[in-house]
Amino acid sequence: MKFGIVVFPGSNCDRDMQDALRDDLGKEVIMLWHKDKDLSMFSKEDCIILPGGFSYGDYLRCGAIARFSPMMQSVVDFANKGGKVLGVCNGFQILCESGLLPGVLLQNANRQFVCKNVFIKSEKGNAWKVPVAHGEGRYYADEKTLDELEAGGQVIFRYCSESGKVDMDANPNGALRNIAGIQNKNGNVFGMMPHPERCSSALMGNVDGKNVFKLLGLN
Amino acid sequence: MEITVETARQLRITEEEFKLIQEKLGRTPNFTELCAFSGMWSEHCSYKNSIKWLKTLPRDGGKMLVAAGEENAGLMDMGNGFGVVFKIESHNHPSAIEPFQGAATGVGGIHRDIFTMGARPIASLNSLRFGNLADKKTQRLLGGVVHGIGHYGNCFGVPTVGGEVYFEDCYHTNPLVNAMSVGIVKVGKTVSAIAQGEGNPVFFVGSATGKDGIGGASFASANITEESTEELPAVQVGDPFQEKKLLEACLEVIETNAVVGMQDMGAAGIICSTAEMSAKGKSGMRIDLDKVPTRQKNMKAWELLLSESQERMLIVVEKGKEAEVLKVFEKWDLPCSEIGEVTNDGLLKFYMHGTLEAELPAELLVLGGGAPQYTREYTEPKYFEKIKAFKLDSVADITDLRSVAEKMIQVPNIASKRWVYTQYDSMVGANNLSTNAPSDASVVLAKGTGKALVITVDCNSKYVFADPYTGAMIAVAEAARNIVCSGGEPLGVTNCLNFGNPYEPEVYYQFVKAVTGMGEACRKFNTPVTGGNVSFYNQHPEGAVYPTPTIGMVGVMDDPAAGMTLDFKNDGDSILLIGEQQNDIASSEYLHKIKGVEYSPAPYFDLDEEFAIQKFVASVIKDKLINSAHDISEGGLMVTLLESGFNRNKGFEVKADDTFRKDAYWFGEAQSRVVVSCSFQNAAIIQQKAAAAGIPVTIIGKVTSASIKINGEDWGYISAWKEKYDTAIEKSLE
Repeated sequence: MKFGIVVFPGSNCDRDMQDALRDDLGKEVIMLWHKDKDLSMFSKEDCIILPGGFSYGDYLRCGAIARFSPMMQSVVDFANKGGKVLGVCNGFQILCESGLLPGVLLQNANRQFVCKNVFIKSEKGNAWKVPVAHGEGRYYADEKTLDELEAGGQVIFRYCSESGKVDMDANPNGALRNIAGIQNKNGNVFGMMPHPERCSSALMGNVDGKNVFKLLGLN
Repeated sequence: MEITVETARQLRITEEEFKLIQEKLGRTPNFTELCAFSGMWSEHCSYKNSIKWLKTLPRDGGKMLVAAGEENAGLMDMGNGFGVVFKIESHNHPSAIEPFQGAATGVGGIHRDIFTMGARPIASLNSLRFGNLADKKTQRLLGGVVHGIGHYGNCFGVPTVGGEVYFEDCYHTNPLVNAMSVGIVKVGKTVSAIAQGEGNPVFFVGSATGKDGIGGASFASANITEESTEELPAVQVGDPFQEKKLLEACLEVIETNAVVGMQDMGAAGIICSTAEMSAKGKSGMRIDLDKVPTRQKNMKAWELLLSESQERMLIVVEKGKEAEVLKVFEKWDLPCSEIGEVTNDGLLKFYMHGTLEAELPAELLVLGGGAPQYTREYTEPKYFEKIKAFKLDSVADITDLRSVAEKMIQVPNIASKRWVYTQYDSMVGANNLSTNAPSDASVVLAKGTGKALVITVDCNSKYVFADPYTGAMIAVAEAARNIVCSGGEPLGVTNCLNFGNPYEPEVYYQFVKAVTGMGEACRKFNTPVTGGNVSFYNQHPEGAVYPTPTIGMVGVMDDPAAGMTLDFKNDGDSILLIGEQQNDIASSEYLHKIKGVEYSPAPYFDLDEEFAIQKFVASVIKDKLINSAHDISEGGLMVTLLESGFNRNKGFEVKADDTFRKDAYWFGEAQSRVVVSCSFQNAAIIQQKAAAAGIPVTIIGKVTSASIKINGEDWGYISAWKEKYDTAIEKSLE
């Protein structure tokens, strides 16, 4: 399985993702430029990653401009054909803007940027320590969409306490139902606010990010 | 328009300077030319009132790869073929008027100084000072500055890994915002800020030029008054997205080997970059100002010369290689215009639509060339009498230790700065090793070099106020101590000298003594001063700020996995005090904030003793004898112990030596003391080594699972203390 990382102007977690995948997970990584559109070197078994950052400055709505880039048109096609796509932080915002995932990411409830270690868990798993760093990470969708996400098992991560308790105290941004990450119905497109690439090496003192990649089948 | 002394005065040029200009030029300058002098001879650009003393600092040799002041930032050899580029700079005046943009552009400016040399910034830090936190104005400034730093740094994508925040009344009108950036570069791959080669084209890259920030350099060279708030256009507006593209494009364009020289446009804009690059290359430039992309119509020549619009670079390219350079900037969608060429007559000639608007020798404008250098008078400040009059015996000792301790951890200067630093992206770059392993300085993995950098900013300005000479030495010593306690080896210093009006002899006394003390300490620690910035006029009608010579220090750690952390690890570990207790509460947070005594001497400090203590701490870390190390600073031993316990919720049992005053034992800020924890067996080894080395070491207690016991008295769980410490500032802001 090889990875492509899309570099938008303003992406700033692209190199971190490259380092994590290449050095910590031993994967082949190809960097992709936003103005290009050729994804012919990737098959359904591969994964395209939209990294964190501030694509095109994010002066409009986060991710609102990136969705119109030539490369994103190809990524949408790739996803619709069943290829795996992971969006982290700004990448998650872009996936929502481009309609590959439902819902939106609003400004944090306290209207402040937040960067810290938080804990997240999947439906059945243990709590993992993964950092967040965003100003607009409050997941929002209407009740019907949220119910559908839950019914379809599409909520992949929720914010929780260190002991795994899902409650508002553990929620860094006011996300509805503590949602930190979701997937699409087909299970090939993933979006999440926390940064697994920032906690995948032993030297960093935290390798829970590797668990995240593994859970998503990206290892 | 007739140019007179009055015109000069309005441009903040003195009569004596105006005459000097006429004399050196052999004629009266026109308005545009006079504006060029106004920017270039401002305090900010010329260092006219500081350079004489700055030259007394250790400024070259050792591992320095360029001498101080030679380039935009300091460059030192960090080994393995890599250089570390670093600098700290102030953005005090803009932040006082418009905290968000003022702080944001401060961050942008300092990063540009790093990547203009070809280095990729990998970490930033800041040192912030405000007035009383209970004051609404302070809260507004704090919120704006923190938001501005976060806005710019987070988007630009360099982690903010450390810093300091102080609250003192003297900063009420004049907050201080000092930003530091640290980058890495391959040795031999740096780019110089130089213009050479007759006929080589000069390119202007980045944002279009507007009227923002015109006169910023001279604005930063005056006191802040009521009228200053009307100088809003002198504050620049930042665009971190543009700067991120500029960073990537500049690093890419350097790879083409087509670049002769490059300099960012900061203070005094185009005039400064053209003058400094030309003077350095002993060349000149012919510039067509009408070719500079503008965002406002009909900008005058003097406005174009002085505009401090952000995110702009001046690049001299080897003739014939223009296409390679243009290709890179096109890729990044960055406007790039050829605006002139290098000449060999040493003259800067600026044209507008073919008309010569200004013609000046580059050398005449710059520091080290024609810019004036002054020797200023200084006298010992009157307030020193109050300091000398301080008597320890006049302060009654503590009766209720526990309630004082609870107050102390909630004093804003001591309490957690969590509200501030969680608004900064401290982890982008995936290189901040301190996130999960906190230590006294920030440990940053320098990817690709095999090493880590250990970085800190420090200055307790209350000590400098009490005794500028000793206080500045302490600032250097504390920075080095923080690096040593983190397992690093101090390498070099960048300084940001924030003072009041240099024309006041009492202020200048503070400056002279502080620079002298700093030089002495830097020589002792073998940490040369690679550069930095002087910010005078941090003054308002009621007086100057505390003299604040902020030290940014960079150290190296050869093995990134060999760092030392500050937190207690194991129940039962012995707690040792390395260094000596003193009956001293001078200039402590306790004396100032709890007892309300502002005037007292600097705390106990001896440079040789400090040096020996640091060597000893470094040796026990190297020998893997200890599990934690945390130096004693603001708040004294008590705060150091609590902070050591917070990260892992470890408690401690400590019993005081009652031959000391209680306040001095627990809250005194005598220097050269470090708290370490280690196994019982290693404690004995450390004591033996210490005895042999003549270093005082005392076992003062042990680490416990969660509760605190002081002098046999139960003080409850560490978690309850942590809650108070963590939330004190947040509660003040609610």
